[in-house]
Parts: sequence; C-alpha cells; structure tokens
Amino acid sequence: MAIEAEENRRDFLILATSAFGVAGVAAAAWPFIRSWSPSADVLAQATTEVDISTVQEGQMITVPWQGKPVFILHRTAEMIASAQKGDKETLPDPAQDADRVKKPEYLVLLAVCTHLGCVPQPVGTGNYGGFLCPCHGSHYDTSGRIRQGPAPKNLEVPHYEFKDATNLVIGKAMA
Amino acid sequence: MSKIMEWIDARLPVTELIKSQATEYPTPKNLNYWWNFGSLALMVLIIMIATGLFLAMHYKPDALLAFNSVEHIMRDVNYGWLLRYMHANGATFFFVAVYIHILRGMYYGSYRAPREILWWIGIVIFFMLMGTAFMGYVLPWGQMSYWGAAVITNLMSAIPVVGEDLVVWIWGGFAVADPTLNRFFVLHFLLPLLVVGVVVVHLWALHAVHSNNPVGIDLHEGKDTLPFHPYFTIKDLYGMGVFLIVYCYFVFFAPNAFIEADNYIPADPMQTPAHIVPEWYFLPFYAILRAIDFLGAYSKLAGVVAMVLSIAILFILPFLDRSPVRSFRYRPLSKQLFWIFVVNAFVLGWVGYNPPDASLFHGAVPLILIGRVSTAIYFSYFVLLWLITALDIEKPRPVPKSL
Repeated sequence: MAIEAEENRRDFLILATSAFGVAGVAAAAWPFIRSWSPSADVLAQATTEVDISTVQEGQMITVPWQGKPVFILHRTAEMIASAQKGDKETLPDPAQDADRVKKPEYLVLLAVCTHLGCVPQPVGTGNYGGFLCPCHGSHYDTSGRIRQGPAPKNLEVPHYEFKDATNLVIGKAMA
Repeated sequence: MSKIMEWIDARLPVTELIKSQATEYPTPKNLNYWWNFGSLALMVLIIMIATGLFLAMHYKPDALLAFNSVEHIMRDVNYGWLLRYMHANGATFFFVAVYIHILRGMYYGSYRAPREILWWIGIVIFFMLMGTAFMGYVLPWGQMSYWGAAVITNLMSAIPVVGEDLVVWIWGGFAVADPTLNRFFVLHFLLPLLVVGVVVVHLWALHAVHSNNPVGIDLHEGKDTLPFHPYFTIKDLYGMGVFLIVYCYFVFFAPNAFIEADNYIPADPMQTPAHIVPEWYFLPFYAILRAIDFLGAYSKLAGVVAMVLSIAILFILPFLDRSPVRSFRYRPLSKQLFWIFVVNAFVLGWVGYNPPDASLFHGAVPLILIGRVSTAIYFSYFVLLWLITALDIEKPRPVPKSL
C-alpha cells in the first residue's frame, strides 16, 4: 500500500514536471515562431494608392502591391461586352463579371496565375481577348476568369476601393 | 516500443549511453549549489544560439544597414525586442555563470590531477567565449561597438614587427569599417558552433575522470555517489528556475542595465565618445591592460601581454598548486588567498570601469595606482599559491577518507 502510494506520487510528480516543462518550452517557442510573421514595416505596406486618371481606355498598367503585381485595366466597351458574354455556368470557375468589378470600366486583378504563380502577360495576349500565362498556357478572359489551360481558378480580385474619382486604394490597412 | 529500442540498441547502443552517461551516471552525493553553474552555462549557450539564429534572420551585416536593422528588430519584428534583449542580457548571464563555474573549480581544486585536460578545455572555451562576446558587441554598429572594436583590434598592433600589418589584415582596410563588420558577423556566427563542439569534448573529459566534489577526495562509486537522475537532474532544474528568474528580471524590467547608452548612437568613425568602457565582464582585464603604463615605449606591449597572461596563467594552475589536498575547504591559507583574489577581481573591475585619470580623495590616490597594486595582487595569487604549497608552508586540516 505504502509502496503503491509512493509510485503514484512519483508518477504524478514526473507527469506534472514534464507537463510544466512542455508548456514552458511551447510558450518560449512562440516569440521565435512569431518573429517570422510579417513585421510591422511590412504590414505598413498593406495598401497601395494609385492615380488612375492617366490610364486611357484600352490601356493597362501594372502596379506593385505587397510585392506582387496588380493589373489595372481600363476596359473598352468591347472588352466589357466580351466579359459579360462569358457569364456562363459552364466555366471552370463560374463567376459573374459584374461581381468582379466595382466600376465596369476598371478591372483590377492580382496578376498571379492561380496555377503556379507566374505573372500573366498583358491584356490581348490570350484567347478570349484576355491574359495568357506564359509558363503553362492558361488563358484568362477580359474579366480575368480562367477559360482554358491548367489554372484551377480565376485571377484573384484584390480588395480595393475608389478613394475618389481618380484614386484607387488597393488592399486593406492592417495592424 | 521496447521492440523498436531493442532493434536500435543492437545497432547503436543509445539506451546504454543514456544509462551510463546520464541517468545512472555516478555523481558525488555531496555536490553543492556551486556545481549548478556548468549546466547553467550550457543552458545560456542554448538560449544564445537559439536567439542568435533568429536575430541573424533579421540582422544585416553591412556598415550602412546594421544599426538600422537592429532598430528594425526592436521596433518592427514581432517579438524582436524580446529576442534581442534575451541575447544581449544572455551575454551577461553567460559570463556570470562561467565566472562562478571557474571560481568554483579554483576553490575546490577541480583543476588538479587527473582533471588538468578538463580544466584546459574549459579555459579554451572561455577564450572562445570572450572572442565571441567581443565580436557580437560590434554587430549593432553603435558608437561603443565601433570604438570597442577599434580599441580591441588595436591591441594586436602591440605585437612586435608584424603588429601593424596584422591589424590592417584584421580590419580589411585602414580602419574598422564595413569589411570588419562583415567578417565579425560571420565569426560571431561560427564561433558558438565551435564552442558547442568543444563543450562536447569538455563533457567527454568530465565523464572520463568524473566530477570533483566539495571535499575534493577521490570517491568510491556507489558508496559516495548517487545516480545523476533524478537526484541531480532535479537539482539542475531547480537551479535553472532560480537563474532564469533573475535573468528574466533583467530581460523584462531592466533590459538596458548592461548596455551603454552611447551604443544607441550610430557608429561614427570621425568621433570617439568621451568615455569608452568595455562590457562589465571585460573590466578586470581592461584594468590590467591599463595598469602597465610605467614602461615607456614598452608599456603598450607589456599591457597587452599582462592582460593575455592574466587568463593564460590559468593553464599552469594545475602545476602551481602542489598541495596534497585538493579542496580549499581544508586549506586555511589557500582559502584566504582565494577570497583576496575574488575581492581584488571586483576592485580591478571597478578600476576598469572608471576613466583612466580618475582618482580618490580629491586626487590623493590616483586610480591608476590602485590598478597597479590590484594587478600585482592578481598575479601574486598564483605565485603565493605555489609558494605556500611547494614549500609546505600551508598545513592542511585533516581530510575525510570518504564522504
């Protein structure tokens, strides 16, 4: 009986000590792990403001946002019509053109191919009048939707807002 | 589980190694808390390597970027302030642990036969540690970093004939500059990894001859020893808890206590701060360096030689001490010499901290004089220890045959 109690006591002490040690090491590891996350100066670059007043109809500009390229396309009536013609349920990643723009004239796209991350070529290079990714031949239309090729999803539309008539803010301020 | 261990043990005797060298490793049952500081030093080494690796992921070893990258770590990197303060204060606590570890060895005669090689490896580690600490202090590229680097590298110029060329070679230029910073960063990264290797040899040497103990006698295994686990694992863990509390106090509540304010001024090769001091752990040796100022043209070289000798003399300590008894517990004269040595080390540190032209009692006692006397006392410890033991002047008290 006495020996049994001793053993229970020792088991408990070893377990408690180990649990305390593991919790302590885990807590101490947290700052090390967190130090890899984006630092304050990186988070401060969360938004990019762009003056779009000089972008002519049919013209496209590429701006950097968080170290990645963003396409801003001033669409012609023809491009808009072509995009709306593509509002079909049979697309690989069905989406309405109206849901992908805030103003039909301006298409804002994160220019990172959803296949393996290459930057697609400017508008007009691919089938459907849109963007061709040179790496593995994905074709995106004038709404940035995937129409042909290996990419699984449409080009992402980043969060953006029209600050006023001529200024566009890409991204959301963080921290 | 046991099947898997059997399979491994048949090929690599892991269980046997853990048993013989860790869990069942025979450890003197009378070890006191002064024996905690070896494992504490190892713990700090691990903290330093872990924080250092993560700091290196954000730091930029470039004269134009270094200072700002440290501020970037402090302000922008998540928990960067914690990593840096742990690392900067870790240096202080590393030396606290190592100094106590060395003094413990001196007091209980842990350097005596058959532990000479163990002792020597320890001194080698100490030298490597000083080099690593010095080069690490250069990396933030503040005023103290820069001028500390300038002063310490200039010590080499005291070496006859090749000194001047040697300094230019170390700098990679004609002053401390970008090439110096870049190579110091690489060496500061490399040296601790080498220290880990030498620590392994230190432990190997320890396990070959086993621990000394407060009584200083050779022990009978079993009768005088206990298995390392759980008796000393728990004692080491307890010591770590206490040590970490003090360490964390400084990291969280007084992180700049050991950092000179001037090091938050970016390095300026055109202007030296009014009063430059080394880190506290170098102060006694800095005082010895400055104490030799009465030899004219030879003062510079003699100062450097004295400073190096003050540590290198530890190498011959095993041969200076001729007493039949190891532990100072039974050696009344040696014990007194030891405590004079310890107090004197603090005096040297205090002298080293003050400006070279400072004085006591309104100029009556120049500090340089105290520095010279203290330096003499420092070295006389080794001479007197040899004298009183070689000439049998000290009569040791009776030593127990077993514990």
